[in-house]
Amino acid sequence: MTTRRDFLRTGGVALGGLALSPTLLPALPSTLPGHASLFPPAAPLPPLYTDPATRELMMEALDAAKRAGASWADVRISRNRNNSVQTREKQVTDVVDVDTMGCGVRVLVDGCWGFAATQELTKAGVGGAAQEAVALAKANRMARDRRVELAPTPAHPDVTWRSSYTIDPFTIAVEEKADLLLRANAAALTVTNVRFVNSGLSFVKEERNYANTEGTVTTQDYVRSWVTMSCTAVAPDRTGTAVRGPEVVQPAGRGWEYVLEADIVNNAKVWAGEAAEKLTARPVEPGRYDLILHPSQLFLTIHESIGHSTELDRAMGYEANYAGTSFISPPEKVLGSLRLGPPMMNVIGNRSEVGALATIGYDDDGVQPEDFHIVKDGVFVDYQTTREQAPWLRSWYEKNGKPLRSHGCAYAQSWADVSFQRMPNVSLQPGDKDIGWDDLIAATDKGIAMIGRASYSIDQQRYNAQFGAQLCYEIRKGKIVGQVKDAAYQMRTPDFWNTLDMLGGKKSYMHGGTFNDGKGQPGQANAVSHGCPPARFRNANIINTGRDV
Amino acid sequence: MSRGFDIDGAPKSLFAPASSENRAPSGVLTRDEAQAVVERAVKLSKADAVRVSVQSSRETNLRFADNQLSTSGVTTNTTIRVQSVFGKRKASVVTNDRSEEGLRRAVQQSEALARLAPEDPEYLGELPPQQYTTINAWSDRTADLTAEDRAKAALSALAPARAGKELTVAGFIICNASATAIGTNTGLFAYHRGTNANYTLTARTNDGTGSGWAGAEDNDWARIDYQDVANRAIDKARRSRNPVAIEPGRYTVIFEPEAAANLVGLMRNAFQARAADEGRSAFSKPGGTKLGEKIVDERITMFSDPADPLMLDSPFDNEGLPRSAQTWIRNGVLNQLAYNRFWANRQGKTPTGNSAGLHMADGTETLDSLIAGTTRGVLVTRLFYLRPLDQRTLMYTGLTRDGTFLIENGKVVRPIKNFRFNDSPLFMLNNLEGIGKSVRTAGGEGGPGIVMPPIKVRDFNFSSLSDAV
Repeated sequence: MTTRRDFLRTGGVALGGLALSPTLLPALPSTLPGHASLFPPAAPLPPLYTDPATRELMMEALDAAKRAGASWADVRISRNRNNSVQTREKQVTDVVDVDTMGCGVRVLVDGCWGFAATQELTKAGVGGAAQEAVALAKANRMARDRRVELAPTPAHPDVTWRSSYTIDPFTIAVEEKADLLLRANAAALTVTNVRFVNSGLSFVKEERNYANTEGTVTTQDYVRSWVTMSCTAVAPDRTGTAVRGPEVVQPAGRGWEYVLEADIVNNAKVWAGEAAEKLTARPVEPGRYDLILHPSQLFLTIHESIGHSTELDRAMGYEANYAGTSFISPPEKVLGSLRLGPPMMNVIGNRSEVGALATIGYDDDGVQPEDFHIVKDGVFVDYQTTREQAPWLRSWYEKNGKPLRSHGCAYAQSWADVSFQRMPNVSLQPGDKDIGWDDLIAATDKGIAMIGRASYSIDQQRYNAQFGAQLCYEIRKGKIVGQVKDAAYQMRTPDFWNTLDMLGGKKSYMHGGTFNDGKGQPGQANAVSHGCPPARFRNANIINTGRDV
Repeated sequence: MSRGFDIDGAPKSLFAPASSENRAPSGVLTRDEAQAVVERAVKLSKADAVRVSVQSSRETNLRFADNQLSTSGVTTNTTIRVQSVFGKRKASVVTNDRSEEGLRRAVQQSEALARLAPEDPEYLGELPPQQYTTINAWSDRTADLTAEDRAKAALSALAPARAGKELTVAGFIICNASATAIGTNTGLFAYHRGTNANYTLTARTNDGTGSGWAGAEDNDWARIDYQDVANRAIDKARRSRNPVAIEPGRYTVIFEPEAAANLVGLMRNAFQARAADEGRSAFSKPGGTKLGEKIVDERITMFSDPADPLMLDSPFDNEGLPRSAQTWIRNGVLNQLAYNRFWANRQGKTPTGNSAGLHMADGTETLDSLIAGTTRGVLVTRLFYLRPLDQRTLMYTGLTRDGTFLIENGKVVRPIKNFRFNDSPLFMLNNLEGIGKSVRTAGGEGGPGIVMPPIKVRDFNFSSLSDAV
């Protein structure tokens, strides 16, 4: 088999220059016996990023940028792979494998950004992209107001990092994936009134190579996996429908082992049964209830109300034309003084939680991230930052004796996209007491318990939110008395978090997450996890969202 | 049928024959280049059927915020999607490697995947050669737009904002030149290329109490009046300062075209015949669908047409099926549902393919006359973060944004705080009070390709207040 290295040595010469291409990857076997893998089983990734040719191309891009006039530059060469199998009821509706490679070059010229991306992985291709990025930056000088300054960071001359998956999902045959989904569908369809089932498996694998003109060269690969299932029950007289899903299992920065642990064939009947039960649930009576949120629901509330509102670019107006700004601003008026919740509330930004979706070794500024408090003992203390943003908080860091450094939140969804500030894992820390979901319910006299994300919406400054759930249960005198439907809670973010009065402990802590969180113009998607325990909020405003045609 | 637009009124250049398809900017494949890729892939194929889709694009953009430039970029890429089929087993592989080796690998890998995939009983085979309408959505001057052109446009908002110390602006300019081709081993070949330009701007007052948004989109950048976009956003920001709170509840509401597009545009996803037939759509009813029934006010007509001069679009869908003009709602009656080939075959209907855009026909009023005829109401200029609550009623929740105003006695009297709403476009179009002239909107939550008029409705349900500006 031709290896990537062999190709680079031979094909590159033949082409008159360096060339990288997906064709260098191991060829598919022409016949695939039994459960044969599409790629050699358990074979490690071809060392794209440790190959001297990749490094040489990155250096060529940086040199070309400098020659064209850049004062600073960075380059990413990545291979982005996506695999998806989708089914409905008894059939496979889609099998898709996406594999793209390319190079993105970002430059600073006189304090102005420029970025260009190309799929041409040759010296001429990456050099041309570098020149184009410089040309863009130069053209933009006419509209420059102030220069971009980057926070200092140590150089990492030659480091590698790999995420914690144990079974590469790209080594699993499509028939095995489809068989698993169809068996789960069949199990769900045995439940009375469940007429429709959609399920799917989605996988991402990236090899990401980064270098900048300060001497950093990082090489990383990571895997993300997600299984989805949506069970729809229809009333016999077609007067109503009820859905459980599609987010019944939280996505993770893990491999095929995550899919196996999800045990979807056995769980499918449970999820389908919950949809069928929902058909006869009574409409929720609007009013004030104590609200108990399961981590599968609470993660999204954290994401929307705390995660996005503490992005420094939003707070400074950089998302004003799209996703909005933030009520947590301006920095000088809120840092260290804005109380977002009771003393038990601690929120950590990190890229270190094993198996979480935003976990990575080095960000797209070349920064090695560290864990940091966003909310400490209920008080807002820091924003999510990149190297460009950290200097905006210089006075706060100096006042508190903290070093001026980026929190490692630079991210680009692929080689074709410019990096900017994206959310790390933003996680609500568990409480001191070793209590869990059942303890919160037992301690509640009149409440609503919610599981699973459903409809969610929040305003452009992250004040007014409305969240629903896949499953809503009414609690009376410490016990669940049945499902209710059409329930949602409306909240005002700072008020809501200050009603937090019970937190689960370490044993009830788990990750929720999203594969495709949108931000930016042009829009990019980020995968991010939020760890949290179940939590209780006092006297929440529960509304009924139902209405007849 | 009244469609509210006049083809003869559109610039002739957009309807000239596509004479320059063999001249394209770097990164966008010409017809010949795209056809060559398709033919190479088809030749490499050993499958019973193969479909090759080639998408090439060059996208340029400029983003600014906080009164300064933030990012600026250009991306060129070509992706090739190969779908291989053995019997009814099918799978697709997407690559951006156009080399002979890359193409061969994509073909072989899709064949290997297809051999392993279970049969898809809904697969109907590839289409034979089709006839397509020629739609010239390409503008050389848009494809060739320079970084200097974009910076100059941005300065139309940046300069007054910096000079006055009163406003902070954030905006985005994006131009895309792209070509799509589809070919099969059954002889079908389709090619379409187009350009698209979009400029949106948000102006916020530095006292933190006012925000205004404006946008424009066209296939041709030269038809975007960026100074007008800047003026509208800045004017709206100034007028929206110091909003007062009024009680949530049911109000007569006038939606400017962008706001109408944000919510009503979401109906485009609801016209699927299969969901209606299966009993899980707003257009289902016990025993069937609501086809032929009056579902909204009789002044409402909605259609899609790839040749619509207000939003020129591709004349074929991703199977190579020709897109045709479809009238979903005619004079308030559900006139048509969308059928893919499988569902059309099963139900004995003609397939519509996936539709192009959504256009609500003009009414007779203007925004000013709608306001003038309102005793007490709310003017909404933009909506945000819309999410479905119930697909059976098309209930959505979401919020107003960037300029919400109180109307009293026929005049806009003051800015008011933003609201969250829980309501359905079906309900609002049944509570219709008036319609104005349709315009192409700049995109938002209803997606691109929406042409909407301002509309006035009664009893719209604002469920709570938002402090957000």
